[in-house]
This record gives sequence, structure tokens and C-alpha cells, in this order.
Amino acid sequence: MSYTFTVSPDFSPDYIAGWFVFNTWLQRTLETGFHLELMDDFDSLHNAIRQDRIDLVYANPYDAAMLVREKGFTALVKPRGGADEALIAVAAESETRAVEDLPEGARIAATDDPDVQLMGMILLEPAGLGKDNTVRVECDNYVLVAKRLLTGESDAGIFLTKAFDELSRPVRERLKVLVRSDIQVIHHYLMAGPRIADLHPKLQKALVNMGEAPKTVRILEQLKLPGWDPVDPEEVEFMIDLMETLKFSPA
Amino acid sequence: MLQDMDPADVKGEYREYTLELYGVGPRKVLVTDEEVPYPDGRLIVSRTDTDGIITHVNRSFVVMSGYEEEELIGAPHSILRHPDMPKAAFRDLWATVQRGDIWQGYVKNLRKDGAYYWVKATVIPNIRGGQVVGYTSVRRKPDRRKVEECIDLYARMRQEEAAT
Repeated sequence: MSYTFTVSPDFSPDYIAGWFVFNTWLQRTLETGFHLELMDDFDSLHNAIRQDRIDLVYANPYDAAMLVREKGFTALVKPRGGADEALIAVAAESETRAVEDLPEGARIAATDDPDVQLMGMILLEPAGLGKDNTVRVECDNYVLVAKRLLTGESDAGIFLTKAFDELSRPVRERLKVLVRSDIQVIHHYLMAGPRIADLHPKLQKALVNMGEAPKTVRILEQLKLPGWDPVDPEEVEFMIDLMETLKFSPA
Repeated sequence: MLQDMDPADVKGEYREYTLELYGVGPRKVLVTDEEVPYPDGRLIVSRTDTDGIITHVNRSFVVMSGYEEEELIGAPHSILRHPDMPKAAFRDLWATVQRGDIWQGYVKNLRKDGAYYWVKATVIPNIRGGQVVGYTSVRRKPDRRKVEECIDLYARMRQEEAAT
């Protein structure tokens, strides 16, 4: 019996090889076949989840609600240290000094990463800006978000904080951060589906122990993960409630 | 039981009001004109049980309220009630979330030290196994123009409430 493992499409292409190595470790550890299927975009991922084709997923916070509440998934672990946060940046020479300086109709560059977009739009709210009075400039990745700012094709950009901090120094120095989120409780989770419920305890234990052996530490290093922490189910329920709260926008 | 505010906690000159809080009773509050700006990028998050008793607060909630976490857990959420808020706003909030719907609005909150801060608040019922087991409230930095509108609107609403 082979199961399907996938990774939220917001991961950096630099880590593709790392996820394949992780999948090999997974199969050896669980003595169970897992096929790693990487999706091109969030639509493909959501379709696969709806069709019950996924058994294990490194999931985006935005997708946690559907996985837990509609598909019966369980969050096993989260990356150790550091939550998902977002920031708003502009070109360094821009006269914009705070989000409140951004005008209606501002062109906002962003990727299709839904939780980062959500956090970013919340950071723009104090300027009275929302999806109805801004122009979205969609980009395939965060390097292109930066490029749109530097070429003047966008007035502001929404970045995953971690992705912004991984931009090259010359690029970062040509950008100016207006505001960073400090939400503290939004995480990616490694989530397992009901078809592999009998594997959950063994898998969770193996993941938490990955930081203890040099061989598995090297796998984590390829993914730039310091380790995994176990997750309390109520913590995930709380994050889902929070995400649902943030998604709410009155008509 | 919610204790009256203590003058020793309040900074500067203050005005005294007695609020009649639903499910709590009367509470003496001490109010100054000091506004604490909402910190950029932060979310204030709390959860209550179905009776409005605080069960969880995040670090930002503790810092902005001016209370210690131990003082907040187990206290009614109305510990933050500012006398400038019209009663109708909270009646609407509770009626909305008790129906299972999400409420959103602008709220002026009272700190332990008598100062205040404005938030854009969203309250959502927490549903587990089909039952409402509590409420999550998330506050973020408000658009200042909306706050100015609410200052006028809430003043009119309070006048109407006082007249009836």
C-alpha cells in the first residue's frame, strides 16, 4: 500500500531535493510506501485534498481548517521556533514611510500564498486599504515581488518575513520595510490523514526525534528546519479559529 | 466578581464612572484622556467561555490591557469596558455571536491605568463537535478615519441611551 505525501506549494524551489530526501527517510522509518507529489499551485493542492488523494501534507496555515475540520486530518508536528509572519515593503527610495501613506488604488505585489496575503492585507487595513480599493499584482515568487517594487511596477509588496530575510543583501538594501506582523501563533504543520491513523504515534515520535541523530539532522538542514515540535490539538484548533476570524470580511 | 478600579493604578487626573455590566453588576471605573497607540503589526487575541469569562490571552493582549495575565484569566471580558462605548454595541456583539455568526466592529477599550486604545475587533464563535464552546476575539490596528466616525457615532448612541 502506497500513500501520498505533499508539501504546500509555498515552499522555496531550493528545497525540492530536501523534500525528496525527507520522503525517503519517511518510507524507511515507517516501512511504508509514500509517493511525494509536489503541486504547482494552491488550486492543484486544494483539488487533491478535496478528492482525498493526500495522506500526509506539510500544510499552509490557511489550509489547516479544511484539513482538520472537513477531512479529519491531525496535526502531528510544527517547525521548531518561529511562527509564520508577513511584512509590507516598498522601494527604498519611495516617499512612503508608513502604510498609512499608501493611497487608494495602490498596486500591491504578492504571491498566491493565501495565508501571507491574508496577513499582508491585515497590515494594510490601518491605511483603509483592502482588496476592493487596491490593485493586486500577482507574482510567482518573492524575488519577483521585490523586482516589481524595484522597477516601480508596484507601490508596495507583501512578503513572507522568512522569504524577505532570505533575499540577497543587495536586493534587501534597495527595499524598505514599513511594517512586520507580530502574530506569534500562525504556523505550518505536518498533518496526517485518517487513512494512516495507525501510523500517527510512530510518525510523530520519529519526527520529534529527528534532531537527535546526525543523519536526520542533515535532512532537516536541507529543509532549513531546526527540528519539529509536537502539537497540542487545541493549539491547532485555536489557530484555525484565528485564521477564520481573520478571513472574515463583512459584505 | 470584578473589582472596582484602584486609583493607585491610574496615571494622572481621572474621571469616575459606575458601569452596570451584564452578568457582573456595577463596577467603578477610572478614566483618563490618555490614548495608547495601537502597536503596528500586532494582533491582540483572547478567548472566552460562553459566559464571557477570559480563558486565554496572548502577550499583546496583556501588554495593551495593562493588567497581569493572572488578573485577566478568569475575569469577565468586560474588564476592558470603557464608558464611552454604547451598550447597544455589546448587545449587538453578543446577539450576533450567540446566533453562531461573526461580529466585527470598532471598540474603545479601557486599560488598567485609566488610559484607552482603539481596536478593530472581530469575534468568532468556537464550534467543537457542533457546539459553541467559547469565543475568540481578534483585534487589530484600526483605520483612523473609521475611529473618528465611531467617536461621533458612539457619542450619539450614548446620548440616545441616556435619554431613554
